[in-house]
Amino acid sequence: MHRYIINRILLVFPTLIGAAALVFILMRLVPGDICLVRLGSGGTSFSTQALAQCHADIGIDRPWILQFGDFLWGLARFDFGISMWSGKPVVQEIATRFPISLEVAVMATIIAVAIAIPLGTISALRQNSWIDLVVRTFSIAGLATPSFWLGIVSILIVLDVTQAISGHPWMPPIDYVPLWKDPLRNLSIVALPAITIGYRYAAVSMRMTRSAMLEVLREDYIRTARAKGLINRIIINRHALKNALLPVVTVIGIEFAFLIGGLVVTEQVFNLNGIGRLMVLSVQNQDYTMTQALVMLVVTIAVLSNLVVDLLYAWLDPRVRLA
Amino acid sequence: MTMIAPTPTGTPVLLGDLPSRRPFGARVLNFFVRQPIGSIGIVIVVLFGLAGIFADWLSPYNPTSNDFAAMTESPSWAHWLGTDQLGRDLLSRILFGARTAFEVGLTSALIGGFSGLVIGVASAYFGGQLDLWLQRVLDIVMSFPLIIMALAVVSIFGTGVQNVIAAITIPLIPRCARVVRSSALAIREIPYVDAARACGYGHTRIILRHMVPNVMAPFLVIVTAFVGQAILAEASLSYLGLGVQEPVPAWGLMLQGGAEEYATTAPWIAVFPGLAIMLTVFGINLFGDALRDVLDPKMRER
Repeated sequence: MHRYIINRILLVFPTLIGAAALVFILMRLVPGDICLVRLGSGGTSFSTQALAQCHADIGIDRPWILQFGDFLWGLARFDFGISMWSGKPVVQEIATRFPISLEVAVMATIIAVAIAIPLGTISALRQNSWIDLVVRTFSIAGLATPSFWLGIVSILIVLDVTQAISGHPWMPPIDYVPLWKDPLRNLSIVALPAITIGYRYAAVSMRMTRSAMLEVLREDYIRTARAKGLINRIIINRHALKNALLPVVTVIGIEFAFLIGGLVVTEQVFNLNGIGRLMVLSVQNQDYTMTQALVMLVVTIAVLSNLVVDLLYAWLDPRVRLA
Repeated sequence: MTMIAPTPTGTPVLLGDLPSRRPFGARVLNFFVRQPIGSIGIVIVVLFGLAGIFADWLSPYNPTSNDFAAMTESPSWAHWLGTDQLGRDLLSRILFGARTAFEVGLTSALIGGFSGLVIGVASAYFGGQLDLWLQRVLDIVMSFPLIIMALAVVSIFGTGVQNVIAAITIPLIPRCARVVRSSALAIREIPYVDAARACGYGHTRIILRHMVPNVMAPFLVIVTAFVGQAILAEASLSYLGLGVQEPVPAWGLMLQGGAEEYATTAPWIAVFPGLAIMLTVFGINLFGDALRDVLDPKMRER
């Protein structure tokens, strides 16, 4: 077991270093650089001297290998440097935008779990009934609906409904306030994005819950429990659901990791100033330090949630760690 | 029970034979009878596919020509689905958009799927160091945010349908390779692979004749799912301005700009392209689920 855990943890490092190398190279393959964006943005002409000075100031005139070494050394010390675009520390820039993205992601997860587990379970218990058909259609539609379109349509509905009720259309506010300062205002910003993302997320988890439940319900120990004369509710809650939830939790964990990186489109629709937005901006501005830091953040979350899932599996299922 | 029955041609046929021995047509017919929901999916997909192929004949208007006398017109007999803010006919744009969607969806899914199949089977069959390194590379690509990959591809090579396909295909490869590798690992342990090796067959023959046919079921299921995912990804990228560019008609692109601006005055601009995306992917998913039920004997009894 210890051997497996150590091996599995050590495997995290090559992945992180590989991702670091990938984003480093990709950013530098993109033609142009931040100095051209900065100096040329006004459409004015500039001297090659000014360009060279700019390159030297932010250190991108040095050989790639040295720049990459700096980047890795910074990562090892959790020092992400200074944004090439704003001149402020990268950590500070991310810290102001991370809460809203995290809140949307967490709320979407809560919505997804609240919908997926009860509906998935009912669907499995009443297999091939009309409830099952409705739930399955609902979840397949969830996988098919582009979240940004759902966002546009939900804004449309909110506008129309508020217009009909109060006479003038209402739009959710844009400027973010933390939940503990003004809960109502905060929820009015976060609710719609969370619901639109949560629907897709619920669809994925619902399918997983249903198929895991169907599998577990055919196990011998469920038959044994039935034969013992246990109450149906206890069989389902304690014996079936508890065992069926493991793959569901895995899916939720992995999807959550992708959510942080996948917020880009939703933030665009709802005009939220989160890290998805920041990511697109920093690539377009060719802000190397910022893009690198954001990619490493997303990759680290993904890699760590995979690690947790794998270790959890190994802990629960001895066949995995002995294989 | 096996019986021998005479056929019109006089050659005896085994009744109750394996289903895979039946002619293709009969198997297709059987699918339609056994999987009514999956058949609805096929019908939807085929309709949109035909719409894309015959867009030139079906479209009432030129999808890119502006009619400034008929801007943001609501659906009418002249314009069934209305017009957008530049006076372009939405129905014609949706029909041509189907072509773009299927072009990107099918190409990405097929290239991504086949690359994944090759990597997955090779990784499982050869094992050892190759497997270890391939898995690390796949880990990296999988954890990398799609949007950064797409942004970088588009910034380096420029926008355009081919580059969008490239940006979407790359992240699909590791997902397919994972699924194929895990089924191929199980197959490698089955004695007939050892038997084939003992017969002195080469790696190519063992891989192509003994391994690949046996991972076909999960492979087909995942490639079907990929078509839908690729269409969704193309729509998202085009919506962000990173995918297909004007004036090419694409569903995601139609939702960009005008859709939000005219949301209250001309909601049809936002509603119809989204419905087209949703219906198409919905159809593909219905078909994919039915395909999985048919190909996976464990699921069949359910």
